Amino acid sequence: QENDASVRLKIASLLGLLSKTAGFSPDCIMDDAINTLQNEKSHQVLAQLLDTLLVIGTKLTENPSVRMRLVEVACKHLTDSSHGVRNKCLQLIGCLGPVEKGGAKEAESQAAKDVQKIIGDHFNDQDPRVRTAAIKAMLQLHERGLKLQQAIYGQACKLLADDYEQVRSAAVQLIWVLSQLYPESIVPIPSSNEEIRLVDDAFGKICHMVSDGSWVVRVQAAKLLGSMQQVSSHFLEQTLDKKLMSDLRRKRTAHERAKELYSSGEFSSGRKWGDDAPKEEIDTGAVNLIESGACGAFVHGLEDEMYEVRIAAVEALCMLAQSSPSFAEKCLDFLVDMFNDEIEEVRLQSIHTMRKISNNITLREDQLDTVLAVLEDSSRDIREALHELLCCTNVSTKEGIHLALVELLKNLTKYPTDRESIWKCLKFLGSRHPTLVLPLVPELLSTHPFFDTPEPDMDDPAYIAVLVLIFNAAKSCPTMPALFSDHTFRHYAYLRDSLSHLVPPLRLPGRKLVSSPVSPSVTPHEDPSQQFLHQSLERVYKLQHLDPQGIQELLEFTIRDLQRLGELQSELAGVADFTATYLQCQLLLIKALQEKLWNVAAPLYLKQNALASAAAKQILEETYKMEFMYSGVEGRQVVIIHHMRLQAKALQLIVTARTTRGVEPLFGMCEKFLQEVDSFQRCFISELPHMQGSFVDKLLDLMPRLVTSKPSEVVKILQTTLRQSTFLHLPLPEQLHRASAHIIEPTGESDNPLRFTSGLVVALDVDATLEHVQDPQGTVKVQVLYPDGQAQIIHPKPADFRNPGPGRHRLITQVYLSHTAWTEPCQIEVRLLLAYNSNRSKAAAKIAKSTWSESLEALPQPESGIEGTIPFSKPVKVYIMPKPARR
Amino acid sequence: MPEIKVTPLGAGQDVGRSCVLVSIAGRNVMLDCGMHMGYNDDRRFPDFSYITQNGRLTDFLDCVIISHFHLDHCGALPYFSEMVGYDGPIYMTHPTKAICPILLEDYRKITVDKKGETNFFTSQMIKDCMKKVVAVHLHQTVQVDEELEIKAYYAGHVLGAAMFQIKVGCESVVYTGDYNMTPDRHLGAAWIDKCRPDLLITESTYATTIRDSKRCRERDFLKKVHETVERGGKVLIPVFALGRAQELCILLETFWERMNLKAPIYFSTGLTEKANHYYKLFITWTNQKIRKTFVQRNMFEFKHIKAFDRAFADNPGPMVVFATPGMLHAGQSLQIFRKWAGNEKNMVIMPGYCVQGTVGHKILSGQRKLEMEGRQILEVKMQVEYMSFSAHADAKGIMQLIRQAEPRNVLLVHGEAKKMEFLKQKIEQEFHVSCYMPANGETTTIFTNPSIPVDISLGLLKRETAIGLLPDAKKPKLMHGTLIMKDNSFRLVSPEQALKELGLAEHQLRFTCRVHIQDPRKEHETALRVYNHLKGVLKDYSVQHLPDGSITVESILIQATAHSEDQGTKVLLVSWTYQDEELGSYLTSLLKKGLPPSTS
Repeated sequence: QENDASVRLKIASLLGLLSKTAGFSPDCIMDDAINTLQNEKSHQVLAQLLDTLLVIGTKLTENPSVRMRLVEVACKHLTDSSHGVRNKCLQLIGCLGPVEKGGAKEAESQAAKDVQKIIGDHFNDQDPRVRTAAIKAMLQLHERGLKLQQAIYGQACKLLADDYEQVRSAAVQLIWVLSQLYPESIVPIPSSNEEIRLVDDAFGKICHMVSDGSWVVRVQAAKLLGSMQQVSSHFLEQTLDKKLMSDLRRKRTAHERAKELYSSGEFSSGRKWGDDAPKEEIDTGAVNLIESGACGAFVHGLEDEMYEVRIAAVEALCMLAQSSPSFAEKCLDFLVDMFNDEIEEVRLQSIHTMRKISNNITLREDQLDTVLAVLEDSSRDIREALHELLCCTNVSTKEGIHLALVELLKNLTKYPTDRESIWKCLKFLGSRHPTLVLPLVPELLSTHPFFDTPEPDMDDPAYIAVLVLIFNAAKSCPTMPALFSDHTFRHYAYLRDSLSHLVPPLRLPGRKLVSSPVSPSVTPHEDPSQQFLHQSLERVYKLQHLDPQGIQELLEFTIRDLQRLGELQSELAGVADFTATYLQCQLLLIKALQEKLWNVAAPLYLKQNALASAAAKQILEETYKMEFMYSGVEGRQVVIIHHMRLQAKALQLIVTARTTRGVEPLFGMCEKFLQEVDSFQRCFISELPHMQGSFVDKLLDLMPRLVTSKPSEVVKILQTTLRQSTFLHLPLPEQLHRASAHIIEPTGESDNPLRFTSGLVVALDVDATLEHVQDPQGTVKVQVLYPDGQAQIIHPKPADFRNPGPGRHRLITQVYLSHTAWTEPCQIEVRLLLAYNSNRSKAAAKIAKSTWSESLEALPQPESGIEGTIPFSKPVKVYIMPKPARR
Repeated sequence: MPEIKVTPLGAGQDVGRSCVLVSIAGRNVMLDCGMHMGYNDDRRFPDFSYITQNGRLTDFLDCVIISHFHLDHCGALPYFSEMVGYDGPIYMTHPTKAICPILLEDYRKITVDKKGETNFFTSQMIKDCMKKVVAVHLHQTVQVDEELEIKAYYAGHVLGAAMFQIKVGCESVVYTGDYNMTPDRHLGAAWIDKCRPDLLITESTYATTIRDSKRCRERDFLKKVHETVERGGKVLIPVFALGRAQELCILLETFWERMNLKAPIYFSTGLTEKANHYYKLFITWTNQKIRKTFVQRNMFEFKHIKAFDRAFADNPGPMVVFATPGMLHAGQSLQIFRKWAGNEKNMVIMPGYCVQGTVGHKILSGQRKLEMEGRQILEVKMQVEYMSFSAHADAKGIMQLIRQAEPRNVLLVHGEAKKMEFLKQKIEQEFHVSCYMPANGETTTIFTNPSIPVDISLGLLKRETAIGLLPDAKKPKLMHGTLIMKDNSFRLVSPEQALKELGLAEHQLRFTCRVHIQDPRKEHETALRVYNHLKGVLKDYSVQHLPDGSITVESILIQATAHSEDQGTKVLLVSWTYQDEELGSYLTSLLKKGLPPSTS
């Protein structure tokens, strides 16, 4: 209640901040705020106070009476003459307006209607900012689940012609929302007495906005178009045709349609010379240049001045094409054209789009031609994206295949670094089009019916490329091998060994498939191996009461089986490895417990002790791997992993208790362990019923005793429970993939050391593919290990990661190396690390919400902040030589 | 009624020598001052004698605006300003000002030095003329005098092309010059805000064309060039030195860059180097891509495109040559064409329009044998391709611009009459605005209905808004006040203030009316009856019965007296001030109807 308005303003904003902070109960200041609102004169202070109330209101969402009161207050101030105040009022109403449906009282729903009406009235406010705020408030209401009335559609349509871009942009959004809400309702066309579906009308209107004057609106409109999938197909197809100006909204007789054909030829295309002389007009009434907004919307969007609009249009095209195959077919030409855009991002985006819709389409030869022309692009991203695209395209003719092959080989000679990518591309091309490849084989292998042709060079990447194509085609085309010449078979054998990921096993005459280690059936045999997996696991789980020796042996066998299975069946590799790791942990645990150490006095068995504690450590490591290296790990598995970790910690405790003298350090350790048990219980309270008879289950039963007893007793109890506890069944998740990485570059084969002056830096290009890594930007790091043991961890820039496909990432980055001078060139190791932080773990995330509020008084989570890294790629050696600087 | 008069001196139902006179609110503005390519006599320049027979034009014109540097928009400028005589300001954008003199000089050279004409403007005249030019920036409002102001908008088309808004008071005209609504490789798209001018004067070159997507054309072009070059053929692209040439250069340059091609590209004229220099300088006028990337590399610094030498034409192997002029009617392009025409591996691509009679037009029409000077017959074996790269808005683009600007009238210039007719129909049908297409020398008059701004005193405004609800932008609002017209300005003030300002005493105007009522009762009883009646009817007003027997309704006074002659008739005296006229007259009519039969 200062005199100065600016001071009051600050106080109001402070109150707002205060009520945002946790633990502060805003009820008490609300009344004050509302009261001051009544007496306040300054518009700015009023606006700020309303803002404060908004914050308060969002804090107290559970209290409907408070909300009603605030909304009332806001409604009262809607008549204020300052736009700022009206803005805030509308915002407040939008955020707090009642949204109860159905079950609520009649009065409530009445109020809801009123809110919509109040906001609707402000669509015609004189200030554009208020109009925008009104529309935003409406959208806010929608987001909070209020069903907007259809009546506002008309109002919103009028707002599309507003003078101000932010109003138009918001109106486009509102129309989109409405069209999603009422797609099937019928609206009249003002110019005639026909009626069409609302979604079609809205689609037309939004298309119209693609040629708006402001690019912000254009981007918005183009983006939203993509998500309007219920639109009828003839409207959709109109968007690609600029010349079809006729108003297609009306149903026509055949006669009129004939006219339309004529009138659509009324405009010249500017492609041929002299065809723009005006023709005799037939029916100008049918030709409508602007009103039929959908016409050519995408044509416009795709050749827009701003690349933001173009990207948005390409995205929209992609989404629409995914849902409508016929549209996909039609938009192909336009997408292909986008391959020649001047901005690289647009080109890349359109190639990705094409890949996404590629199962709906077949490329014609001329289109393929344009697509392939892009292979000569000097940007590596573009070329690789294009290879990806070719992997999954359908080509219609054998000439097409030939063309693709020729272009790819050209690409190969021009950019030899693309080798891997091109081979892969040809592999898919071959396996997709065996029948088209068949007639090309003699030509490709340059065989001749009568003469022996010289044997091609086996190391020629181009020849390998051809062979990859042919062998993959031959896989599903048994007649093909008959066309091979002798050396082809030899080369097959060689390639099958050297490039096994590219060359499939073939059923070749004269060879009884000895070369192929996998069972010969061509169809993937998931079922038997899956069964095998389950069976072996069942076996393990059932035989729990076997003598320890037997269990150990069984586990060892199963682990071996699983690992082998993982190698053979790539689909099951994740699951198999995961389970194998788990069993390995179990095995280690059992082994550790079998040690004689437990029966003998501590000091005598230091050696065994080392073994046990090493086992504990290894289990810990493995559990971290299990938790963070696999994508698709679910809650159930996390529990079990944590449980295993807990057991390992218990083991550690016991070992230390056995080997150390004195009780002092034990106190601390026990304390810590108990805390961990506690936090485990809190995190996974819901999962505990599933864990009957497990270590934790027993432990929790004993908890009261544990807390009060001395460390030595604790250790004893732990020891017995560990022994007695049963082995937990690990349920298999649906999809499990192990994160892996492969460093493509540096290759590590170079004998020439990388020379640089010591003290200066040298940039090393690193190129790697990552699979099944979640959030690589945050987790993947590059480690450089120098021969002197010095390790350097580099965090690549987020921009260095590209995402070429689901679950896959590509890291292309530069690592800066530096070192003091060496006398000899030496090798450094480069590897990729997966960083983890147990705070980020899924379990922690799950409990974060519930425990956050009480975390202040609760014990600090013992495992929070445990950070570590898991190496997940093979190290690559790089030969470097820092030279002493010359003076 | 205020009016805007428009007279095209050139470009009315025609392409070439654009020159449009506009009179708006007493100002005369000349838009563009171009020459006609098709004529070599007096008809090549607009007929300036239309403006005045004798004397200098300066007295008749307030300013001249040049939209862009093409000769059909600025070619007559030195003639007009130096030979006819004009000293007023000439407005153009910075790039236009920079490039315009180069083209004028080139034009002069060809006409005087090559064709040997006399009585043409000299280099000095061009220089003098350019001294009168005032350069403007985009979206900069320039005050020509106190009332006349002009503003430039981006128009695409060529570097520095602009649309101009001419505004006097509330009346405004927008002249588009040539513009392009689809962006190309080096320029952006034309853009205008919703300025709602009274008149939009737009070009209509492609009134009947709706072009395919630009990308198809580009792709075709590149494909054809690429194929020919791969075959080992030579590609000839006849262009005019500025505009399209730069676009195609960028197109080929980026393509060469992307595809890593090695075949040489040559550009044939010395003039272009100078012009290219300006393209490099005026980066802000180019499109998004060039503006974004020029820090790394200016797109106009061509890596693959080199200057052409006459000897190169005989070099073996593939090459691409840009040569001037664009219609193959003379000069280097024709020479090269003659050398290459015999080989079917070669190709000529015509990127633009060709006037009838030129070699370009002939080969485009399919003629394969050409008669050259000296009775030679030249057989054309090379491939001939046409591709429309001209940067004019097509029909849809024109409509789009009209939609953006929302004019009240449209006037078409710079197009063929027949095509204009078609577009005119469309415009009237779509936007329901009137559309004109005057021929050269024909005057079109457009009546405007300008709104007149009036200053309102703050006190009055606040008082009035306090009474009513919030002011609604879309609806007219009634308010009381005094309009003072003084020194050519209008002010709306409250009556008290007006009285004070003008030194007048306040007069009160009262209306008095007598109403006779048959009522035998006493005066005060009659008064009471009237009071009760009024109270019953006028529920929203404060009706009071004063102790002296009179009744007041708001500020209206009613008194009942007995008639001097007939005691049975009572006279009701109703008196009200002028401000209460409405209520007063309502009351009298109410009372005249008589009182309801009394119940008492």
